[in-house]
Amino acid sequence: MNALPALPILLPLLTGIVCILMRGNLPAQRMASIAGCLLQLVVAVVLMVRVGGGTLIVAQMGDWAAPYGITLVVDVLSAIMLVMSGLLGLLSAVYGLVTMDERRERHYYHAFFQILLMGVNGSFLTGDLFNLYVWFEVMLMASFVLLALGGERPQLEGAIKYVALNFLASALFLAAVGILYGLTGTLNMADLALVLRGSEDPGLITTVSMLFLVAFGIKAAIFPLFFWLPASYHTPPAPVSAIFAGLLTKVGVYALLRMFTLVFTPDTFTLQLILMLAAFTMVTGVLGAAAQMNFRRLLAFHIISQIGYMIMGLGLFTQTAIAAAIFYMVHNIIAKTNLFLIAGIVSHKTGIHDLKQMGGLFKAQPLFSVGFLIAAMALAGLPPLSGFFGKWSLAQSGFAVERYAVTAIALGVGLLTLFSMTKIWNEAFWKPRPADSPLPATPWTWTTRERIALMGPVALLAACSVALGLGAGWALDLCGTAATQLLNPAAYLEAVLPGGARP
Amino acid sequence: MTELMLAIAIGVLYASGLYLMMRRSIARFIIGLALLSHGANLLIFTAGGLSGGRAPIIPEGSDAPAGLIADPLPQALILTAIVISFALLAFALVLLLRTHQETETDDMEKLRSTDA
Repeated sequence: MNALPALPILLPLLTGIVCILMRGNLPAQRMASIAGCLLQLVVAVVLMVRVGGGTLIVAQMGDWAAPYGITLVVDVLSAIMLVMSGLLGLLSAVYGLVTMDERRERHYYHAFFQILLMGVNGSFLTGDLFNLYVWFEVMLMASFVLLALGGERPQLEGAIKYVALNFLASALFLAAVGILYGLTGTLNMADLALVLRGSEDPGLITTVSMLFLVAFGIKAAIFPLFFWLPASYHTPPAPVSAIFAGLLTKVGVYALLRMFTLVFTPDTFTLQLILMLAAFTMVTGVLGAAAQMNFRRLLAFHIISQIGYMIMGLGLFTQTAIAAAIFYMVHNIIAKTNLFLIAGIVSHKTGIHDLKQMGGLFKAQPLFSVGFLIAAMALAGLPPLSGFFGKWSLAQSGFAVERYAVTAIALGVGLLTLFSMTKIWNEAFWKPRPADSPLPATPWTWTTRERIALMGPVALLAACSVALGLGAGWALDLCGTAATQLLNPAAYLEAVLPGGARP
Repeated sequence: MTELMLAIAIGVLYASGLYLMMRRSIARFIIGLALLSHGANLLIFTAGGLSGGRAPIIPEGSDAPAGLIADPLPQALILTAIVISFALLAFALVLLLRTHQETETDDMEKLRSTDA
C-alpha cells in the first residue's frame, strides 16, 4: 500500500498528540507545531511533483479495494490545495510565535491548530463522500474551539453564529449523503460517478445535488448563506483568523468543484443557478465591504466577494474557466491571508482595529506598507500581480461562452475591490495621523523575534503574489491540468476502480 | 408500513427542528439542531432500505451470506453521525453556557455587537 497520501493526515494528528502530551512546555509545543507544518509542506510538495504530470496517486486504506474501503486520491487539484494548506499552516504557526498569547496556548491552541489542518487535508484527499463528511466535522470541531478559545465576549457572540449555521450545514450535508446512498447504494465518489452517469432519473439527482449545493454553499459562504462569516471571522486572534480566512471557505469551494464535476454532471439549470449565485455573492460581498471601517471586518466581507469569482468559474463550466477558478483560489488564499496577517500586525502593535483612528503608517513604516500594498493590489487585480491573471482568464472564459452579464459584473466588482483597498490605504497608511489617535507617533520598535515571525510570513506571501503573477503562464498550465482532470474523470475512475464496474 | 411511519417521524423531526431553530432563544435553537440531526440519522436509516433481512454474517464454510440480509452500512454511518453530533451538541451547550455567563442573555437578537 502506498502510504504517502495518508501522511498529510497523519502528520498533523501526530503533531497534535505531541502538543497535548507536552502541555506544560510551551516552547516545545511551538517548535513541534512548526516542525509538523514544515513536514506537511514537504510532503505536499513531493505529492505535487509526483502528480503534476497528470498521473493520480490512489491509496486504498486498510487494503480494502474501492468501492468498499475508504480511498484517498491525490490529483492535481488536491495536491495544489495540500501545498496551500501546508504553506499557510507553516506561516500561521510562525506568525503565532509572537501574536498568540500564553493563556490560549496553555489551553491547547497548538493541538487544535494541528487538528484543524488534519481536517482540511483530509477533506482535500478523500475519495469517499461519507469520509468527506467526517473530515468536515473534524475541521469544524477544531475551528469551533479555535474561534471560541479565550472566551472574550465578541468571540463568543461570533462563535454562536458560526457554530449554529455550520451545524445546520452539516445536518443538510448528512441528509444529502443519506438520500444519495439510498438512490445509489454507494458512497465512493468514483463509484457514485459511474452509477449516476448511468442513471435514468436526472431530475431526482438534480434535486439531491441542490442539497449539496446548499450544504457546501453555507461552508463556502456564498450568497445568501454567508451571514455567519462577517459576524465571526474578525473576532479570534490574528493567526486564527488568517488561517480561517485563507483556508476554511476554500474547503467549501473545493467540495463544490469536486462534487459538481466528478460526481454530478450539472445541467443548464444548475449552471445558470450557480452563475446567478456567483454574481450575487460578488456584489453583496463587495458592497458589504464598502460600508465597513473596521480593518478585519472589511477584509472578511471581501472573502465573500472573492468566493463569487471561484463559483463563477464553476458556473461557466469550461476547461479554461475551471482552471481560472483554481488559479483564483490559489491567488486568493495567498493574498487574503497576507492581508489578515497585516491587519493582525497593526492591531498587535497598536491595539486598534478602526481605520478611522489609524493614519500615517506609510510614513512610520514604509517597508511594512509596501507589503500591504502588494497584497492589496494583488487582491484588486492590478497587473503584474496574481489577481490580474485570475480575473483576466476568468473574464476571457466568460466572454468565450457568451456569458456577458456575469462577466461584466465580475469586472465591475474588481473596480469596487480596488476602491476598498484604496480606502484602507488612504485611511491607515496615507492620511496623516489624527491628532487624537491612540497610535504612537514614533516609528514602532521591532525586536529581532518580531521581525522574523511577523514580517517573514508577510514578505514571503507578498513574494508569492508577485511570483504567481510573473509565473502566471506556468501556474495556469498547472491549473489547466487540474481542470482537465476534473472535467474528464476517466483517469480518476480508472485509478480508483481499475476495470470500471465493481465486482 | 414501517417506512411510512418512519417517513412521518422524519418529517415531524425536521419540521419541529426547523421551527425551534427559527426562535430567538439560543437554547431552543440548540434543541432544534439536535432534533434535526436525529431526523437526518433516521433519514439515512430509512433511505438505506428496510429489507427486514437477517444480520449480514456469512456462515462458516461459505463465502456468501445465505438468503436476504440487511445492509449494515447505514447503521455504521448513523453510529458515526451520532457520535459526531453528540460531540457537537456538547460543545454547543458549553458555548451557550459560557455566552450566557458573559452576556447574561439567551436572546439571539441581543448578541449583535459583532454584526454592526
